[in-house]
Amino acid sequence: MIKVVEGSYAVAHAVKMCRTNVVSAYPITPQTHIVEDLAKFVADGEMKSEFVNVESEHSAMSVCVGASATGARTYSATTSQGLALMFEVLFNASGMRLPIVMTAVNRAISAPLSIWNDQQDSISARDCGWIQLYAEDVQEAHDMVIQAYKIAEDRDVLLPVMVCMDGFLLTHIFEPVNLASQEDVDAFLPPFRPEFYLTTKDPKTFGAFAEPDKYMEFRYMHYEAMERAKGKIVKVAREFSARFKRFKGGLIDEYKTDGADVIIVTMGSVIGTIKDAIDREKKAGLLKIRSYRPFPKDEVRKALADAKNVVVLEKDISIGMEGALFTDLKAALYRSGGRPRRPKCSGLIFGLGGRDFSGKDISNIIKKVRTGKELESFFGLRRELL
Amino acid sequence: MSAEGIPERKRLFAPGHRGCAGCGSAALAAKFTLQATGENVIVASPTCCLEIIATPYPESAWKVPWIHSLFENAAAVASGIEVALKALGRANEAKVVCIGGDGGSLDIGLQAISGAFERGNRITYICYDNEAYMNTGVQRSGSTPYDASTTTSPSGKVSFGNPTNKKNACGIFVAHGITYCATASTAYAKDYIEKVKVAIENQPSFIHLHAPCCTGWGFDSSKSIEVGRLAVETGLWPIYEIRNGQITKVRKIRDRKPVEEYLRMQGRFRHLFDGEKGKEEIKKIQAMADENAKRYGLDEKEGE
Repeated sequence: MIKVVEGSYAVAHAVKMCRTNVVSAYPITPQTHIVEDLAKFVADGEMKSEFVNVESEHSAMSVCVGASATGARTYSATTSQGLALMFEVLFNASGMRLPIVMTAVNRAISAPLSIWNDQQDSISARDCGWIQLYAEDVQEAHDMVIQAYKIAEDRDVLLPVMVCMDGFLLTHIFEPVNLASQEDVDAFLPPFRPEFYLTTKDPKTFGAFAEPDKYMEFRYMHYEAMERAKGKIVKVAREFSARFKRFKGGLIDEYKTDGADVIIVTMGSVIGTIKDAIDREKKAGLLKIRSYRPFPKDEVRKALADAKNVVVLEKDISIGMEGALFTDLKAALYRSGGRPRRPKCSGLIFGLGGRDFSGKDISNIIKKVRTGKELESFFGLRRELL
Repeated sequence: MSAEGIPERKRLFAPGHRGCAGCGSAALAAKFTLQATGENVIVASPTCCLEIIATPYPESAWKVPWIHSLFENAAAVASGIEVALKALGRANEAKVVCIGGDGGSLDIGLQAISGAFERGNRITYICYDNEAYMNTGVQRSGSTPYDASTTTSPSGKVSFGNPTNKKNACGIFVAHGITYCATASTAYAKDYIEKVKVAIENQPSFIHLHAPCCTGWGFDSSKSIEVGRLAVETGLWPIYEIRNGQITKVRKIRDRKPVEEYLRMQGRFRHLFDGEKGKEEIKKIQAMADENAKRYGLDEKEGE
């Protein structure tokens, strides 16, 4: 059913349709509308879930850890400072292989304080061992939640999933969204039946400590599960497409990359803007990274096999180096087997702390790349303020 | 060992764990707790001695379902377990209990316990209090007593050790409106076990369990129970029970002993016996015991 709804509502609706047993969250702008909508569903009896209002994001994720280990399907949502406060628990949840799903609303990190969008928060959490999927639009943020549970709970994967969506730009926007029906979601997503969980019927120990002769193997198994997740993300996207008659999923998307001399690589809500701009340009293409962890190395190499110019646009920076996606992308290209193909790669940091970015900016970037001039690594920097 | 004649029906906390010889703390806390709860329990622990001595992968001393997540979040994890059991229609399967040390409970874990109690999650939180961060090498915690020498509050030429008093944990949690709150000691197993039985039937509940640590406090490993009893007999560790905000039971003391007897047994207070100034300090500690006696009515009167 297509309805014009707020992005946050669409996400909450998807969580409801997944028959999530336990929701635990702490309010933080701009994640609030998601959890408010969920709280209302529960209050109205539309959603049979335990909704746990906690005293911090650290506890929100800890409640999810306890509930997931007990066999419940769990959900949380947070952003920015909240995600940072959860950091320790993120590692713990993934290390214990608990298939928690969380919407990470993307927002800048303090200082200076900013409630506006960039992707520094979830990028900084990239090494926590969670699958990270970045949504382009509201429909995708909604669809990804449903797919996320299926990926996370797969016994070959058993990893938590962060569905990342740009704060305000997606959470607070009203768009026509094809809201999943209960019938479709039930047919697509089986109930969560973990092999091991906390029960008196078969007492198990969760969260033991590992000495140096055993720790590394746990990390390796975690790494392997993440590698296996690549195939599952693609498989689940196909299954989703078969049931819901639309394709939103997989590791990457390519848009007009065939024969393009400039390919923009990016993640998140800016993609719509870029597609519009590309439609007006000739021989320009877009590579969308949907799955940032696991990073689709092979798919990226293949997609950029014939590229001459690659421009990575991202809303984060690893201070002391460059944008994290830029580093990852170059590493993927460098590792190409056989004849190493080295397109000219430029990395652009843009939109930090919610700075606006338009289709005209994209056109200018493409034009400048074609002149062979070096691009400035901070796009739209106001030098007069420095 | 059977404590005070309680038959050890089934060892739900298995022997063979790696606790120190004579551990009057984590090991006894776990053992007595499970004697009280039986098998129908799910336990969450923060990072603490208990976690380290009982679960080196792939071994586990726990014969009940048990989870350790992090240092400061046991109460939140337990809340998650409790709501999950409810959501999955398994609420009658088990009681949810936390057991953790004083650092993970009363310092870094205080906020999570506050959250769980304020929400009214049906959990019992048991803090076994060995009065410092023992697992990491005897650093001071918010539950370290006045004048105790620890590695981060050492006694020295110009210091008598820890300059502050123990945090009043029961006071904090009773203020949350919990149903049941009690103090206990591993040296009085029967009393403690009875209290655990009451606590799990009256959740949310909290038990502050005094738990002597021979390694950290500096006494012979055969003296754990003796030291624990002296803490009670001197009035330094009053044993009481609070139901719905009211003190309902106090363990009376006949012929309360001077605190010196308790302090003298422990290396952490040895510096108090070195000179005249130490005597003044012991007087201050005696005054604390006297204040406890007055506040909780510890002294048994003639004819009581």
